Amino acid sequence: MKKKVKVYVSLKQGVLDPQGKTIESSLHSLGFKEAANVRVGKVIEFEIAESADLENQIHDMCKKLLANPVMEDYRFEVEEVVRP
Amino acid sequence: MKFAVIVFPGSNCDRDMHYAVKDVLGAEAEFVWYEDECDLEKYDGILIPGGFSYGDYLRSGAIAATAEIMEQVKEQAEKGKPVLGVCNGFQILTEAGLLPGALMRNKDLSFICRNQRLVVENNETMFTSQYGKGQIVQFPIAHGEGNYFCDEDTLAELKRNNQIVFTYESNPNGSVENIAGIVNKEGNVLGMMPHPERAVDKWLGSEDGIRLFQSILENWRKTYVAN
Amino acid sequence: MLQTEISPEQIEERKVYREMGLSDEEYENVKKILGRRPNFTETGIFSVMWSEHCSYKTSKPLLKKFPTKGPHVLQGPGEGAGVVDIGDNEAVVFKIESHNHPSAVEPYQGAATGVGGILRDIFSMGARPIASLNSLRFGNLNTERTKYLFSEVVSGIAGYGNCVGVPTVGGEVQFDDCYEENPLVNAMSVGLIRHDEIQKGQAKGVGNTVIYAGPPTGRDGIHGATFASDDLAEDADKDRPSVQVGDPFMGKLQIEACLEVIKSDALVGIQDMGAAGLTSSASEMASKAGTGIEMNLDLVPQREENMTAYEMMLSESQERMLLVVKKGREQEIIDVFTKYGLKAVAIGEVIEEKVFRIKHHGEVVADIPVDALAEDAPVYYLPSEEPAYFREFQKMENAIPEVENHEKMLRTLLQQPTIASKEWVYEKYDSMVQTNTVAGPGSDAAVVRIKGRDKAIAITTDGNSRYIYLDPETGGKIAVAEAARNIVCSGATPLAITDGLNFGNPTNPEIYWQMEKTVDGMSAACEKLQTPVIGGNVSLYNQSKGKAIFPTPIVGMVGLIESLEHVTPSFFQEAGDLIYVIGDAEAEFGGSELQNVVNGKYEGKAPALDLDKEAKRQSQLLKAIRSGIVVSAHDIAEGGLAVALAEKLFSGKNLGAEVELAGNPTVELFSETQSRFIVSVKPENKDAFEAIVDDAKQIGTVTASGELVIHVDGEEVVNQSAEQLQALWKGAIPCRLKSKE
Repeated sequence: MKKKVKVYVSLKQGVLDPQGKTIESSLHSLGFKEAANVRVGKVIEFEIAESADLENQIHDMCKKLLANPVMEDYRFEVEEVVRP
Repeated sequence: MKFAVIVFPGSNCDRDMHYAVKDVLGAEAEFVWYEDECDLEKYDGILIPGGFSYGDYLRSGAIAATAEIMEQVKEQAEKGKPVLGVCNGFQILTEAGLLPGALMRNKDLSFICRNQRLVVENNETMFTSQYGKGQIVQFPIAHGEGNYFCDEDTLAELKRNNQIVFTYESNPNGSVENIAGIVNKEGNVLGMMPHPERAVDKWLGSEDGIRLFQSILENWRKTYVAN
Repeated sequence: MLQTEISPEQIEERKVYREMGLSDEEYENVKKILGRRPNFTETGIFSVMWSEHCSYKTSKPLLKKFPTKGPHVLQGPGEGAGVVDIGDNEAVVFKIESHNHPSAVEPYQGAATGVGGILRDIFSMGARPIASLNSLRFGNLNTERTKYLFSEVVSGIAGYGNCVGVPTVGGEVQFDDCYEENPLVNAMSVGLIRHDEIQKGQAKGVGNTVIYAGPPTGRDGIHGATFASDDLAEDADKDRPSVQVGDPFMGKLQIEACLEVIKSDALVGIQDMGAAGLTSSASEMASKAGTGIEMNLDLVPQREENMTAYEMMLSESQERMLLVVKKGREQEIIDVFTKYGLKAVAIGEVIEEKVFRIKHHGEVVADIPVDALAEDAPVYYLPSEEPAYFREFQKMENAIPEVENHEKMLRTLLQQPTIASKEWVYEKYDSMVQTNTVAGPGSDAAVVRIKGRDKAIAITTDGNSRYIYLDPETGGKIAVAEAARNIVCSGATPLAITDGLNFGNPTNPEIYWQMEKTVDGMSAACEKLQTPVIGGNVSLYNQSKGKAIFPTPIVGMVGLIESLEHVTPSFFQEAGDLIYVIGDAEAEFGGSELQNVVNGKYEGKAPALDLDKEAKRQSQLLKAIRSGIVVSAHDIAEGGLAVALAEKLFSGKNLGAEVELAGNPTVELFSETQSRFIVSVKPENKDAFEAIVDDAKQIGTVTASGELVIHVDGEEVVNQSAEQLQALWKGAIPCRLKSKE
């Protein structure tokens, strides 16, 4: 069985996110004053064969390549592959 | 002295670096394509040039940092050979764990190219011995992700070990403590965002970069040739 | 898929060809050439090859008027880019190209792919790109949309250019309301090559192999949007054409791979897949060589599923090249691309029969005589009519706009977006990579040295469309002359030009008249100044809501600086130097910045241009520069002498100037009379300079005061700190971008 993995990478809390700040101020100027703490991240998706060790494997990928632990946090979701 | 200029797909300052050490400095230099079967042992110094390795996709320098050749660079660095990473080269060195910290997007989010005045904070490295302490030099900068970041413990350590080598006179990108370039604890791996290889000719507006390369050469001579 | 395509009969009955862009007459012509009705794919192929973009069918009669030959010209129009000799067995390859419509739709990608496309034109000639420039036109930065277009276009240029490692060394940006809906993005690139390495895009040698190199083909940029009509519902593919997306990383690898490939004698010909992708590259290569090409589309790398022959032939996916390689030596070439992580595959061969034959799924899907596409494209001689506005403008007297406070007006002019500093733009471009940039953005012309030699080239782009709107013939002359002035000021001899012609709808006789007169004016100036046209690009239909842009030819000029010692800065250099102005001011304000500021419109006559005077002054100034007696030189352009004087102080050296003028202060300060320069000279070279330059008049001296002081008839009209003026000039564009509507 194949699984679909979605990895979410974002800047660590406490690290200045100028993109987030810019978007936040644009939202405010559009009247969405209630928007706060805007942060920008990225989503990396891939498919992978299911295995007992899958979660560890993904952690490994994140630590070695997909996220930079100096400035980024990550989390991920594993879903069934749905074909239309 | 013989330099290796490491070329990754997307490196674009490789020829400039080669020109600076070979044509201007008069040292030997060779391009080393990242996939070449090449023993870096035969070089006395390693230069990782600027550019957009792998298109800066994912994060600047992240993909190049995982290339096999970086294992060899680590080995040579451990032996004490000089390793210089400029711009994207600096990003690769931090991503590969050869230098602490990370380079984030510039604070105002845009790429900046201009001549920038720097302060030589530490002139006791093998890269800066030809400069005076506190000397102001002018190198071009050209980067979108040069905002140096590290946590407070790391910053304290950098200061304690005198690892901050260059700072910006006025901060163009939001770097912590105006940091423009740092060395590793051992002092033989230098990463910097400004481009010394672009400041090697009066026609280019500055010759301040020549001394950086001369420092490397002089220190190598002192260690390996003089005695 | 084929079965969903409509039949040749249906194409004729339902006049589907019209939606693809062919006229009834053109369609009949296609039938005559083929001796049968064209099928869907063939109709598509004819429609793109006979489009204005590929065939220049309406502009060709005008382009023929340009002088294209000269002692330095190694390759004129016809190949990917023109080539000009610079001595020492070296040559420069350059071209300008527009990407206006794509940039209006998706400004970041439109601009980025514009840069990528022009670079491919250069390196497919075998040259390493050494410099890029951009000519941009936008509305007046008053609306959020204009600001968005402006900043995204700049980001797109930076995004592509910075990544591929070609310095963006110059260009210009102008702002006028007529570009509000139709921004112009013209990208120019210059490459350096050895004479013996010049490549031609030719498919020579029957039996040789046709190789496709680069990323796979997708449905990018296919002009299929026109098929979304209900009539064609049965054919409606769900995948609608998408915006072309550039991949600069791929572009960089492609540059390196191609420059390595051209060193191999296994390579016969190479051409980039630009507009009309595989169709134009393959058919043009065969047509130029007098051969034919047969290709099997099943072999073409594809990014998407179920692509039709039509889609593959018309796709404008980026960063792709087509090569012809000696039979049996394909692997050597493929290996080079593989090294750079690029795909290269054989997709066809050169055949003797002069046809363009395409196979797909085992069937012949196109079989067309090669010359029918490239050579036999229709040519139209469109009607031309002098517009009423022009006759009215010509009757107007040269009026002097009212100016009460000249000092205040100078400050206002320095903040007009067209005059204001473009630092906000060019700091986003890597202008220094390759370490050859002697004078970068912000100079009159960019100066790029040739490594290992005591020489450099000077490059500029220019085109003041306000003058051309008022009087296309005079304005066309001015566009060329102004470019040459910038080249000369930097210390170079002008060599040749590439032109980017941007106009409205040519089927409007008044627009066609503008085109005609502009080309006449440009041709006359090119003849006089000995700068032949070696290639370029035409972009028509730049209009929306019935309103056309000002006629906007962009002149991209390259000159040669024979020794680096001749490189001349535009800024004043030292206190005590004498300030000269070359040429007198007349009451000429038609199309001027002052007219726009005071009257809110452009009207009247364009400034006159005497080509003899122009040529004489340029050659005398150049002679003085080469004698080593000119410290700095700058041409007088938008905003007149006062703006030019202020600009000469914006170097951060804290210099000032003390100037005495005589006459009407508004004319002396702000007139845009042509063929004028400001020059600084050492006092000891006064006599030598005056002996060389006839029309030079000393008007003052450079001071150490940091103040710009101008007297007219003994009365002080300007007394301002250069630093303050510079701050206004630098801050104007960032300030406009920040302000809200």
